[in-house]
Amino acid sequence: MKEIKAKDVTATVARLCKEANFFLGEDVLAALKKAREEEESPVGRQILDQILENADIAAKEEMPLCQDCGLAIVFLEIGQDVHITGGDLYEAIDEGVRQGYSEGYLRKSAVDQPFSARVNTKDNTPSIIHSEIVPGDKLKIIVAPKGGGSENMSRFTVLKPAQGRQGVIDFVVSAVEEAGSNPCPPTIVGIGIGGSAEKAMILAKKALLRTVGEPSPDMEVAVLENELLRRINTTGVGPGGVGGRITSLAVHVETYPAHIASLPVAVNLQCHSARHKEADL
Amino acid sequence: MERITSPISTDIIEKLRAGDQVLISGVIYVGRDAAHKRLIETLDKGEQLPFDIQGQTIYYMGPSPTKPGHVIGSAGPTTSGRMDAYTPRLLSVGLRAMIGKGLRSEAVKEALKKHRGVYLAAVGGAAALIAKSITKAQTIAYEDLGPEAILRLEVKDFPAVVINDMYGGDLYQEGKAQYQIRA
Repeated sequence: MKEIKAKDVTATVARLCKEANFFLGEDVLAALKKAREEEESPVGRQILDQILENADIAAKEEMPLCQDCGLAIVFLEIGQDVHITGGDLYEAIDEGVRQGYSEGYLRKSAVDQPFSARVNTKDNTPSIIHSEIVPGDKLKIIVAPKGGGSENMSRFTVLKPAQGRQGVIDFVVSAVEEAGSNPCPPTIVGIGIGGSAEKAMILAKKALLRTVGEPSPDMEVAVLENELLRRINTTGVGPGGVGGRITSLAVHVETYPAHIASLPVAVNLQCHSARHKEADL
Repeated sequence: MERITSPISTDIIEKLRAGDQVLISGVIYVGRDAAHKRLIETLDKGEQLPFDIQGQTIYYMGPSPTKPGHVIGSAGPTTSGRMDAYTPRLLSVGLRAMIGKGLRSEAVKEALKKHRGVYLAAVGGAAALIAKSITKAQTIAYEDLGPEAILRLEVKDFPAVVINDMYGGDLYQEGKAQYQIRA
């Protein structure tokens, strides 16, 4: 049994909110540089230059990479031998979001009564927390701020099992193509195949946390990821949607067994400002 | 890369074509969803808009908070499509240019032709870079809307690309078609 203080959770979440919004991951930067090398469209190349220069300025000046500092999506892996002391775990996380978004001069984008009054909660809470109980005595916290532009292009469907692999490809490619310039391409495409409706979408979101371009350990899935990326990059959408070869930097697919009657497919798009930072307590 | 001044003159609007890259200097106004709704309500009541919209440029943006010693926080474009419902009306009363990101409706593209306007895109997510081109920012209306208040910005070499011109040109369509590979 390991004791972790709630106030340490708060301090960690606050730090991760700021770091995620200021510092783009090395994997994302490497993928953007590779895209800059490969892109054929002159305007597309200029857009990639601006994106890379932006990441540089944000890191140096500790300014948000994007004015949309997102909703705070938090993934927890809670070791079953961990005991949180001195407060409520979810409260501690929200307090961390509150502090991080205030101290970092990050935009607060959460509104309550979303279908009517849409009143800004002023501190970017509540966060959206997905927790998993795992073996061990560690608490892993991943903070993944998610902007509205890409999240609004999410898609979900339940295909007929007979539609199979080709059905998945057609659905995903059309989702990315129809989203066009809206999700701020070049995107990272998170896909969840299988499970139930909510499971598929959580898989799609979790797929975005993988190191950019790292293939699935399942060979058949890795081949599907490759084919999807190749197809997506023939749509011509390009950086910023102005036309070009690089519409997406990577496609990450996560799968889960499904019902005999169902083939759920969820698509969660991530803009090029692919922000997530993590810590182990 | 062509340097242009905002408010953008009709001569310049006539010269701009989808795909042109420009650096904008001068004055632009910032407004997004809530401010647009209120501008239209003001017009519906037959009242004066809070700024003279003749020939002006509106930038769809909601900045992050300003750090001490800075002019403005990160300041990249938001998705323009959410303003589509309000845009033709504003073009009809004098608005000439908009800067945002993402696809516009057919109604907006028609209104750009009819009222001789232009839609430009800034790079979504290049918010810290864009902030560098903003030399002055002041709230001029709807302060109660917080990050959605109307701001007047002075900009120097603000980078943008023409998406929709007054002749029906559409870079999102033309650019995509140019690089599309059909199996």
